[in-house]
Formats: sequence, C-alpha cells, structure tokens
Amino acid sequence: MRGFLQRIQTLAERRLPALTRHRRPESLPIELHRKRIYIVPSGFGIGFSALLLVMMVGALNYANNTALLLTCLLGAASAASMLATFRNMHGLRLLHVQAEHAIAGATLELTLVFESSRIHQAIRLDLGDPSTALAFDVDGTASVKLQMPTTARGWHAMPRMRLWSSWPLGLFRAWSWLRPDPRVLVWPRPELAGPAPLGASDDTRHMRLHRGDELAALRDYRAGDPQRHIAWKASARHLNLLVKDFEQPQSQPQWQLDWRQVKGLDNESRIARLARWVDEAQAQRRTYSLWLPGHEIAGNSGPLHHAYCMSALAQLP
Amino acid sequence: MSPPPSKKNLAPPISDRTFDLLGITMLFVLGLHATHLPWWLCAALAITLGWRWWQRRQRSGSVPRWLKLPALALLTLTVTVCYGTIFGREPGTALAVGLLILKLLETETVRDVRAGISFACFALMAALLSDQTMLATIAVALGLLPALATLRALEPTQTRVPIGRALLPGMLLLTAALPLALLGFLLVPRLSTPLWGTPSPGEASTGLSDSMSPGDFIDLLTDDHPAMRVSFDGLPPRPDLRYFRAYVMWNYDGRNWRYAGGRQNSGEPAAPVEAGASIGYSISLMPTRQHVLPTLDMPLGAPAQANLRIDRELFADKPVNEQINYQLRSALQYRLQPVLDDRSRQLALRLPAGFNPRTRTLAGQWRQRYGNDDAAIVRAALSLFHDGGFRYTLAPAPLGRDAMDDFLFDTHEGFCEHYSSAFTILMRSAGVPARVVTGYQGGFWNQLGGYLLVRNSDAHAWSEVWLAGRGWVRVDPTAAVRPERVTLGAAAAAGDQQTWYRGEWIQALQNRWDIVNRWWDQGVIGFNALRQRGLLTPFGIDDADTKTLGVLLAIGGVLFIAVGLAWALARRQRRDALHTAMRELEAKLARRGVKRRRNEGPKHYLSRAARALPDQREELATLMHHYLELRYAHAEPPTEPVQIFRRMVRDFRGVGVVK
Repeated sequence: MRGFLQRIQTLAERRLPALTRHRRPESLPIELHRKRIYIVPSGFGIGFSALLLVMMVGALNYANNTALLLTCLLGAASAASMLATFRNMHGLRLLHVQAEHAIAGATLELTLVFESSRIHQAIRLDLGDPSTALAFDVDGTASVKLQMPTTARGWHAMPRMRLWSSWPLGLFRAWSWLRPDPRVLVWPRPELAGPAPLGASDDTRHMRLHRGDELAALRDYRAGDPQRHIAWKASARHLNLLVKDFEQPQSQPQWQLDWRQVKGLDNESRIARLARWVDEAQAQRRTYSLWLPGHEIAGNSGPLHHAYCMSALAQLP
Repeated sequence: MSPPPSKKNLAPPISDRTFDLLGITMLFVLGLHATHLPWWLCAALAITLGWRWWQRRQRSGSVPRWLKLPALALLTLTVTVCYGTIFGREPGTALAVGLLILKLLETETVRDVRAGISFACFALMAALLSDQTMLATIAVALGLLPALATLRALEPTQTRVPIGRALLPGMLLLTAALPLALLGFLLVPRLSTPLWGTPSPGEASTGLSDSMSPGDFIDLLTDDHPAMRVSFDGLPPRPDLRYFRAYVMWNYDGRNWRYAGGRQNSGEPAAPVEAGASIGYSISLMPTRQHVLPTLDMPLGAPAQANLRIDRELFADKPVNEQINYQLRSALQYRLQPVLDDRSRQLALRLPAGFNPRTRTLAGQWRQRYGNDDAAIVRAALSLFHDGGFRYTLAPAPLGRDAMDDFLFDTHEGFCEHYSSAFTILMRSAGVPARVVTGYQGGFWNQLGGYLLVRNSDAHAWSEVWLAGRGWVRVDPTAAVRPERVTLGAAAAAGDQQTWYRGEWIQALQNRWDIVNRWWDQGVIGFNALRQRGLLTPFGIDDADTKTLGVLLAIGGVLFIAVGLAWALARRQRRDALHTAMRELEAKLARRGVKRRRNEGPKHYLSRAARALPDQREELATLMHHYLELRYAHAEPPTEPVQIFRRMVRDFRGVGVVK
C-alpha cells in the first residue's frame, strides 16, 4: 500500500509539476502566494457548517426570518473568516535559515527567519509533532527555532516543513509546504572509545619549552592586559577585542592525525575514530593537523579549526 | 492533503482568557433566555456559572464527575417536573440552556470550547423563536461577539488586549459579512409549506376571540403589542370613525356572546345599499392564529384567499399564522340589509329564557313608553348609560348569574364588553333587532410613517341595531359613558388606572418608535415565500422561482467572494518616493528612446542614457550621482534630498528639443 502511494506520488510529481512544486527544494527567500497556499475546512469547520445547515433548515421550517438572518450572518462571517485565514498566510516570506552544528544522531537546531510587511497572527510551523507558533516583532520579522533529528553524517536536505494557521476562528486551516534549498551538514558521530593516535605519548619537555612563548588561544580582552598582546587582526573581525593568550601553557605537542594511520577498519569506523581524535585534541587544546584523502588540513587549533576538520570528515564519501 | 490535527494539539488546557470569554458568552445566552425561562432556573444557572468561574480561578481543572452527573440529573428532573415533558419548544429551550451552562463545568480543552461555542450559537438562535422583535434580534447578534472572540482566543496570539477590545475584531468580521448575509437572507428560497409541524404557540396568543363575555377582554386591553397597522390611500378617517369590525355575534346564552351558532355560514353576504364615499386602505395584520381579518367598517369586497360572510365579516381561507397584508376598500356611509328577513329578525331578538329579569322589565317599560319608535328606545338606553351613574373602568366588580341585571342596577361599572352586551340585551328585550360586534377601535396615527398603529389594547366591542329604513346601524354605548374611549383611545379612557410603566409618556414614545418596528415587521419578519417571489418584479422577473433564486444566490455569492479575494490578495505597496521618481525618469528617458532593460542596474542604465543623449549628459550624471547616493548610502533615504531629486526629475526635459 505504502509503495503504491509512493509510486502515485512520484508519478504526480513528474506529471503535475505545477501542483507539486512545493515538494522540490526552493531557493530562499520563499514567499507564500496564492499558488502555494492550500486551505480546507477544519474538522470544527465541517461540524460548524453542519450546525449552520441545521439552523437554516429549522429557521426556514418555522418561517422564522430573524433566525434565518442570524444563520445567514453566521454563515457569511464563516465565509469571510476563510478569506481572513488565507490572507493571514499570504505574503509571508522565509528569509533565511541558520543551522547549528550537530553530530549524527543528535538533534540539529535550525533557526528560520520569516519576514513580512504586516503582522501575521497565530501561524504555526510543524516539524515533527509539537508545532511552534511564529511571533512577529515590531519590525515584521519572526524567527523560529526548530529541532531537527539527524541520523547520518553528511549533507542533508532540509526537511519538508508545514506552515499552517487556522486564524481567526479555527473554521478553516490554511497551510503551505516549505522545503528550503540550503542543505545542512551533519558531523560524524565520534566512536566512544578506542586507541590514542600514534605519537600521542610524547614526553613533557615540550611543555616547559613552549611555556609562555607560543600563541595558545585567543580570548576576550580583560582590563590590564598588555596592549601588545591584543590580536588586532582577529579583533577586527569580532565585536570585542581579542587578546593572544600566552599564559596558557602549550601543554601538548601537535598531533598529526592521518587517514592512513587508521587501517583495518571500514570507512565509517575510520571516520568515527578520526572524529574522536579531533574532539579529544580540541578538548585538550592541542594543535593538530588532519590528512584526509584529497584534503590536507594544516596544523592549527581552536574551535574554527575543529569545525573545519569535522566538516571535512562529514563530507568524506 | 492536510493530516488531521493530532490529539496532542487539542490537549493543552485553555487559557484563562478563553474561559472568561466563554463564560461571558454563556451568560449572554442565559440573559437572552431569561425572559421566558422560570426565574429560579435562571438564577440557579447563573449561580452555577459564577461558581464554576470562581472554582476555576482557584484551581485549574474540571469539576469532578460525582458533581457533574447529579447536576445533569437535577436539571432534567427540574425541566420534566416544571413543564411535564422535555420535548417541545419551551422545555427544549430550558433544557438546552441548562445543558449549555453545565457544559461549562467540564470545559477544559480546545475541543470542549469549540463544542460549547457551537451549542451557544444554536441557543442564541433558539432565543429568536420566542421573540422576533428587532431589539431582540440585535441583542442576539451582539451575543455572537463574545462567541467569536472566544474562538479567536483559542489561537496562539502574541498580543494581549483588554477583554473589551477582544470583541472588536468580531464586530468587524460581522460588519464585513453583513452584505453577504443580507443577500443570503433575501435569496435563500423560503418554504411555502413547512417540512414538519410548526411549533404550537407557547402561550395562548392574546387576540380577539370568537366569543365574548363581560370581563374577557381584560388581558387584551392591557396588551400593548401591535395587532395591525393600517395605511390609507388618502387621509385617515376621523378618530371616531375608526371602527374595525371582526366578529359579528348573534348568539347569547345568558353568559357568553358567541360567533358560532349565529348565521355565519348561511348564504351570500348582505350587500350594502347606497354605499357612500369609499376609502381604500391596506392592513398588515400580526399573526392571530384565527381566520378572521378585521376590516374598516363596511368592506366592499374580499381580497384573494379570503371571503366575505353573510354579515360582511372577512374570513381568510387559512388561519393567520404569520403576518399578512391585505388591501381593501370600505364604505363609511352605507345602508346594510334595509330589509330584514324573518329568520334574521328572529335570531336578532333571541334571548335565553330565565336570565336578567330586571333588564327585561326595564326594556318592556321603554317599549311601552316609546311605542314603535325604535330610535327613541336606542336613545333612552344611551342616556341611561350617560346619566345613570355608570363608570368606565378596567377593573370592574365581579358579576353574578344575572350578569346584566347586576351590571345595570348594582355595580354600574365596566368597560366596552359590559356596555355593548348590556345594550344589546336591552335592545333585544325591547324588541329591537340587535347584535354585538367585536373588533378594534381607534389606534395611533403615526405621522412620520403615515400609518395607523392598532394595538391589542385597542380591542373594542360595540353593538349594531336594525332600524327600519336604515338597516343595521352601529351604536357604541361605551362612547355614551366615556367619549374619550372613542376619540382618544383606550389608554386615555383608562385614565389614572394605568400602572406606572404604562404611563403616558412611555406610550407616546412607544407609538413613535413603532415606525421602526413596523419596518422590521414588514421588511424582515413578514418577508415570506410570496414576497420573495415578487422580489424581482422590478427587474422584469415576475415570478422568481427556487431555481432563479438559487442561481442569483450563487452569482451573488461568487461576486462577494471575488471582492473578498481581491481584499485578501491585495498587497500593500510601500510608497517609496525615490522609487516613484526613478520610474518617472525612466518613463521620460523611454520616450527619448532609452529604455531600461531588465536586470539593468541604475548606474549602467543612466550611463547608457548619458551616452545616448549627449545634450543632457551633465544633467544625467548629476541625477545618477544623486540617485546612487540616496539609494545606496542610507538604509532609509532621507526625506529632503529625495524631494530635491524628485524636483530634478520633474525638471528633466522628457521630449527632445529640436535645435
């Protein structure tokens, strides 16, 4: 049954691209317009129409014109609420999407930023079960944070999200599918335990040798820091002043992590081991380099380097 | 395509605001039904509502089951005991309102609220079944506001507004929906026959009855509801000529005058002879659930679906269950039945034996005194009423078995029924053929609307006596006692016996306000299948059948939806002065042959224009410089330089100058 439906869906998407356009990823910004907003009566709407019908038949039967007038008024208001529901969705734009980093198996936090020239009420975004309501600022933007479950490393398309609203009366339900173009990168999950990298058991001479000499990390400026320690170039790219931290001892020697070191394992396990090493190196504030097939990353340290290495691992075939 | 909302979406409890609005809705419904529900039931329900509100304030959560079920049982029991049944309109309404309030006890989720609001809408409509006046309808329509606000409160909103303001969007929605609602109201095909039995009237409708005994009218005379509205082709007749005949009663059994048992079905209507000037008028009669149609004095013909009976009373073929309109001509001067056949004479003199001996004796004395002069006997009776110490009152003393003896010789007080009855019996005892006529007399002439408002309290009874050579002549003995009754109306006649709330100024106000009621009664309540069929006559469709109406309704609905869609799709363009000015410049340049290409930036375009129009190169360079500066150097272009830019564009020569 499921396969049959899948086939029909594939067929429909090939034959009726206009109808199923929402299924293909789209580039940002995505604006909701009449061709992609769907609207149907909600369950409550259907029940309410049945009630209106009963009221109308009763009013007609008893030749009670005021009751009929009331029923007509309620019916017309329901019809008007349909337009209001539609208009509430119309003109909403998804401006951009930001994704945090996450390792496979964890949830990935997505931030979606919407924009519109007017206030839209009670719009909800579904990804998974709990729906999140959009809250618009005064300047007409709304950002929503979503948790996206991940399973495997690598590039992933954004999931299909449903933006829906039953404003104002709940009689109708308008929705639109969003499938933004940007893909998100999921880092590999490091193995839980395993051997240390080769050459990790170095003596501690380096420690003394390099104490206070070499740049260990950048940190925020604190009052009293000597001016010559300020990293001017790095500070220009940030909001606040950064200071080269020399006081932190260079405790560990550099690691040379290499794809070729990890032998006798399958592809994913190799990646998982390398990921663990990268993580450990980052945790120990080491300097490390990473050699991957077709990609060589020079020795460095710090969160940016870590992110770069993890991303490179994630993109391995 | 849309999956149904999952259970989890419905599960979260509702906010306090939603509950408050729901409570207000319920209170409104209860208030609208308070007029016809027993007061103690209303009070109990109101207390339940208030208690539930307080209870939920203290601690969120629904009322325990052990409390809900007995409450439900108690309500059903109460209704059954009070009305004897739970079916029918009155007990059904009471039960529905009660259930609605009890529903509040368990309302905790979105689904509950929606069910409650739907039910409340139905209960609001039920309130109109018992009261259809304009004020009641407006009140019911206002009851929709908290209901709509409750539904809105269920949606996740970010802005909290005060509870009064929360009603405003519903008002807007209803206002926007009003045109479509009116269209639907006009064009929804009415049923000419009901699908199932119409509800029996909840209470006996007060109206003229086909029998009369002294004291019967008292409910009628204190009822201010309109009985009918009359508009005349010309000027209205004088107040003392405004007699509307309904029943002509011949049959007296010692206590009651009855219409039945007279001669109502025997033969053709008597033709008025030598009818004088006639007057045309139309009557809009409120539902009476009877056949009789009151007519001004002597009708000259019968409208469709009605016929004249032998004494020229007008009877409709079907009971008047809804407001109807009919048009007539009547004579105010006429001679009716100048020759009285023997059977009629017999009937007009018949009196039950063994009643009212003193009255008979008095009449016998008159006959002896005046001989054959019937007119003198009539005058004698009228002068008795005028000078015999009689009093007009709506609260007369009770009468015994010989009611007319008691009235004429002891109590000396009563109102129209007493006088007409006593007069007719006096006449019959004296050998003058006489009969009682009931109907309406008087009414309030509404200058603004140009119509005569006749209320139930204008019900009246008088007599007709047959005089040789003149036929049946109307004699109003009440006028002999209280002339104001005839010239000024029932309220004036009752004088200071009125209760405070029926005071004169209120009456005056009500009379003037009645023009609105009349418009409502005719335009809204009286808009039936017949009127609907004639709706399209001005447009050349004489008989608008169901199909035509349906097609029109569909067309109208589509038109309204189209207008609504135009509203929904309208995009408010932000007015950007700089953009407008640039478009103006583009248009000018396009006329000179330099059109802006798609995807061409302003800098490229204006440079190209400057190359193409070497005469104005300097000018265009300045314009380009200004535009780029304004557009790209600021997040929001400053106002004043934009004005300067616009002026420069305006001064730019759009048409080439031939040198």
